[in-house]
Amino acid sequence: MSTIGATARPALGRGFRLQWEPAQNAHVLLYPEGMVKLNMSAGEIMKRCDGARTVAEITADLEQAFGASNLSADVTAFMSFALEHKWLELPA
Amino acid sequence: MSARPGPPLWLLLELTYKCPLHCVYCSNPTDFARTTDELGTEDWIRVMREARALGAVQLGLSGGEPLMREDLETIAAEAHSLGFYTNLITSGVGLNEVRIKALKDAGLDHIQLSFQDSTRQMNDFLSSTRTFELKSKVAALIKKHDYPMVLNVVLHRLNIDHVEQILEMAEGMQAEYVELANTQYYGWGWANRDQLLPSREQVRRAEEVTQRFRDKVGQRMKIYFVVPDYFERRPKPCMNGLGSVFLNVIPDGTALPCHAARMLPGLEFPNVRTASVESIWFDSPGFNHFRGDSWMKEPCRSCPEKTKDFGGCRCQAYLFTGDAANADPVCDLSPHHHLVEEAVARAERPRVEEKPLLFRDLRNSQTLSSR
Repeated sequence: MSTIGATARPALGRGFRLQWEPAQNAHVLLYPEGMVKLNMSAGEIMKRCDGARTVAEITADLEQAFGASNLSADVTAFMSFALEHKWLELPA
Repeated sequence: MSARPGPPLWLLLELTYKCPLHCVYCSNPTDFARTTDELGTEDWIRVMREARALGAVQLGLSGGEPLMREDLETIAAEAHSLGFYTNLITSGVGLNEVRIKALKDAGLDHIQLSFQDSTRQMNDFLSSTRTFELKSKVAALIKKHDYPMVLNVVLHRLNIDHVEQILEMAEGMQAEYVELANTQYYGWGWANRDQLLPSREQVRRAEEVTQRFRDKVGQRMKIYFVVPDYFERRPKPCMNGLGSVFLNVIPDGTALPCHAARMLPGLEFPNVRTASVESIWFDSPGFNHFRGDSWMKEPCRSCPEKTKDFGGCRCQAYLFTGDAANADPVCDLSPHHHLVEEAVARAERPRVEEKPLLFRDLRNSQTLSSR
């Protein structure tokens, strides 16, 4: 399983599109002939992965937005999973 | 009927039945020659807008060959601005530098390119045209415009022994995804079934070769191998149940819950010229008929697996048994399963090829329409 460092700047994988779908009340990830419906936390993480912010910055932003602490392990675990599925990529 | 269904997430527009190829396994209806009155640009745009408003997210632009429509770029642009993920399903014939650039600018997300085989002779024979070199050029164009290269090769008795060469060709084109999809026996595929169904041994060898190739290329190329369902013991969950996620609109505007459903007797399918997508999806008898499980007969009705496979494919049940409400005979619990076994057994026997392949062309379609 790929791991991801705090200074990496993840971006949406090529060929994927992330959008909010009112009909499903969820963020969905669209790719060729398929769709993943994201739960709330996955959606909140994914929408911050813009290739500009680092993992540490994204984590801090999430902790602030949701009044939580110690999200780092969860965020990293999800991002590693998302990298593996090519939902995210790390631009060179 | 059960609870109100979810939205039609997957909208497939078969924009035209016109096609420069004449593939012997095409899933279009054999009587496509009857369909002459294609929807106009504005109609297609209205269908997309209405479906998107209901929550449709995936859009397939297909046919026939969708590039035969001169308004494809306009339709793709509108699809993109509506927020669809837009997939072009094409043979590549008609795709040139100008059109691919226009489609890219329009926001087209994805291109799936079909190949008939890895060699020019087989490609050209099976599609009854001379297109192989043209397709190789198209594959390079797709790469150049930064689309992932997704190849689809329909397998059957006459090309399944070439899987290794097919995969080598795909690797040479730097394909990222390859779908080796065994023929589905509907439309022209059904008409040519006895010539196209591979033997069990051919399928086994092809799967073995595919697995070896996967081990070799690793993550570079993702290879899907779709086994013909005739060799399974349980049916596919066709369309996730009719009327559950999939909405198909054919060239003349008829709305169907699957590509082949127009063959089902006793069902009337509405037309987008005279009905809204919302009323078609939620209220039309054609779409409601096979929702839920009250239509089911035994052995499906009392089967615990009915929530998993929804009784399989209605069209396959109809084609084999004459009754669309029967269990899909692919299921070995079906009293008609022997019909599938007999078709498979016929494919095991070496035989003289005395029946000519029926190429998908206008003349053959007109002949079949008049029967």
